[in-house]
Amino acid sequence: MTDVIGLSRSADDADRNASHAVQRHVPGEPGIWVLLFGDMLVFTVLFTVYLHQRGARPELFAESQGALNRALGATNTLVLLTSSILVVFATRALRRPELRYLARPLTLAGALVGACFVAIKAFEYHEKIAAGITPSTNEFFMYYFVLTGLHLAHVIIGLIVLTVLSTLARKPEPTKTHIAFFEGGACFWHMVDLLWIVIFPLIFLVR
Amino acid sequence: MRSVVRTNASLIWLLLCALTIVSWALGTNHGFGGHHLPASLVIFAVAVFKVRLVGLYFMELKMAPRVLRGLFEGYCLGLFGLLTAMFVFA
Repeated sequence: MTDVIGLSRSADDADRNASHAVQRHVPGEPGIWVLLFGDMLVFTVLFTVYLHQRGARPELFAESQGALNRALGATNTLVLLTSSILVVFATRALRRPELRYLARPLTLAGALVGACFVAIKAFEYHEKIAAGITPSTNEFFMYYFVLTGLHLAHVIIGLIVLTVLSTLARKPEPTKTHIAFFEGGACFWHMVDLLWIVIFPLIFLVR
Repeated sequence: MRSVVRTNASLIWLLLCALTIVSWALGTNHGFGGHHLPASLVIFAVAVFKVRLVGLYFMELKMAPRVLRGLFEGYCLGLFGLLTAMFVFA
């Protein structure tokens, strides 16, 4: 009998694994991907314009880049990566009824760590402005402020999204739509991380 | 809590942090003995690799339908081609 149960369990496991292997899933509502890819493409156009301008004056861009604080840029990358992994944990917790109570604190922790990015960026901008560096200083700093400023706007929107998600995470029995909305919001936050992963080396590192 | 943290994404997070330090080190003056072009190309490759990891493991595109995953992989490939070509030839 034990063997029969054992065999039947193995068969169930095999079936579950097989169906799991082919079970593909769109994270979030499908429509969110139009927004995410659209945003990523707009930033890619800006990256191309930046590199085109850099090509015309490589010395000016390399010299101006020397005034940037690379350590702060790297710290901000680590901040966003850490915030993102907390949101990954929150998403996993939300999907499991027994761990659902962790979803809200993990989302809020992700938002709190994400808010450090804004504080560090504010310090960085203050440092620049105190040194007399503004968008009108030269072409490099114009692009520096435009690209990092646009990204900062995305971080702030992302923090608002995470706050909304933390409210959603409070629901004891979220519906499929709630979970899809949470996944979509989480993907927006990961996209903010993804964009910074390109902006940091592009503006702060390569020359 | 342990079952929430025990995921491939945690290992990927560690790898992403390590790669950030590598890129930062390469981007400062001691990267590749001051040879900026090869260092910059490696930095771009590392950045796009990191983008891909975020997409596949954090956004969970690894298990997304093939069309969506394909679009993302195509974006990564296009991004790398565009960044390196514009950096070298613009």
